Amino acid sequence: MVKINGKELNIAGKTVAEYLATTNYDPKRIAVERNGEIVPKAQYGETVLVDGDSIEVVSFVGGG
Amino acid sequence: MATVAICGLGGLGSNIAISLARAGIGKLILIDYDRVDITNLHRQQYKANQIGMNKTDALRNNLLEIAPYIELKTYTVRITEDNATELLKDADIICEAFDNAEAKAMLTNLVLETMPDKYLVAASGMAGFGSANTIKTRKAMSRFYLCGDEESDVQSEGSLVSSRVMLCAAHQAHTVLRILAEQFET
Repeated sequence: MVKINGKELNIAGKTVAEYLATTNYDPKRIAVERNGEIVPKAQYGETVLVDGDSIEVVSFVGGG
Repeated sequence: MATVAICGLGGLGSNIAISLARAGIGKLILIDYDRVDITNLHRQQYKANQIGMNKTDALRNNLLEIAPYIELKTYTVRITEDNATELLKDADIICEAFDNAEAKAMLTNLVLETMPDKYLVAASGMAGFGSANTIKTRKAMSRFYLCGDEESDVQSEGSLVSSRVMLCAAHQAHTVLRILAEQFET
């Protein structure tokens, strides 16, 4: 299982890009952390999620 | 002496700058490409007689009236992936204070990917008339703090209300002071 924003999901084996494609996140408005480290945008397609990973997706909204 | 960079000098950035100047921060780096517009005056720390000025120049004047001994470095440019590293090289803490969601994400990714020795204090979600009590600060990653309710988008809420934007700016300024005092959120 992979924990995404606190929720356990059965997506081990997928890449970050494959997971994001199943969501409503706009890739241009997010930052992704894996086990406390930023996942560089250029590596979403090659970063494979493994059992026990903890992922945090921060999605920005406009205004300031 | 701490150096804090403020990226974007609108409703968030102009209020953050004034809070930090009053708190005695030694040096601020102020970055914005825009000029003061009449539609800014309801929430940004500018005056009617400053309409048309660069925000960097107007804010410099206003800050020096408050804190004459503060050191200020201003850049009247749009921050991009190409110039951010040079603009932010002297900063210990970076405040993301843009209004555009994609620009917020760009700066966040860039700082976290390429500037591992700096702290980032960003903001997301402070539009509209929602409760003041939903504006929060959380530690999103090890050197990344996020202020706001993370939901209230200006496009869906339709407006930015001075008091709620100021709340979020105050969260950001206070988080900067807490980082400098080594009082970290958990």
